[in-house]
Amino acid sequence: MSDNPLRDAIQQAISDNEVILFMKGTPEQPMCGFSARTAAALQAVGKPFAAVDVLPDPRIRQELSGLSSWPTIPQLFVKGELVGGCDIVTEMFETGELHETLGAEAPAEAPEAPAAQPSGPQPLGIENRL
Amino acid sequence: MPTADEVKTRIETAIPGSQVEVESADNVHFSARVRAEAFAGKSRIQQHRMVYEAFDEGELGGAVHALQIKTEVP
Repeated sequence: MSDNPLRDAIQQAISDNEVILFMKGTPEQPMCGFSARTAAALQAVGKPFAAVDVLPDPRIRQELSGLSSWPTIPQLFVKGELVGGCDIVTEMFETGELHETLGAEAPAEAPEAPAAQPSGPQPLGIENRL
Repeated sequence: MPTADEVKTRIETAIPGSQVEVESADNVHFSARVRAEAFAGKSRIQQHRMVYEAFDEGELGGAVHALQIKTEVP
């Protein structure tokens, strides 16, 4: 543990959740088009994921980017590893790689990028203690 | 506020030999397509990080509010 409790809490959340998305807003109510598109891709794959809203405290974003060396939001982590932001996740969704990464059955045909409107199963929320 | 041309020049300088197309309707949100031999054998994460390195800390999310990136190996 470091002397930075917030960074420790973020690291813990990444370790505790196999699939975790740091985003602006929530999957139900995204506050940015890029976060919306990334959450929609995850929802279209259909595996549960945790979501953390970075907006309530600007330090969350600052510490997260310090930890991941990735400057922008959203950020998707799978099994503790940064997978990418909106562009990478969208591209992986279209090629079927996202399904593979999340351990879901890949679609027979290349899917269209999902609309930013959230639909499908509700994601697994985690306590927003960051 | 940077223009699309300035963003293009920044990325080309950061990744020598790259071919870069940048579009922006408002000089705040940018979309870049970057082709570079230097991307060969690198993961998407690594490729995007190379593009991000063209910018100063705080610039992305600040003056460059959003930068969409599509990377390709020629």
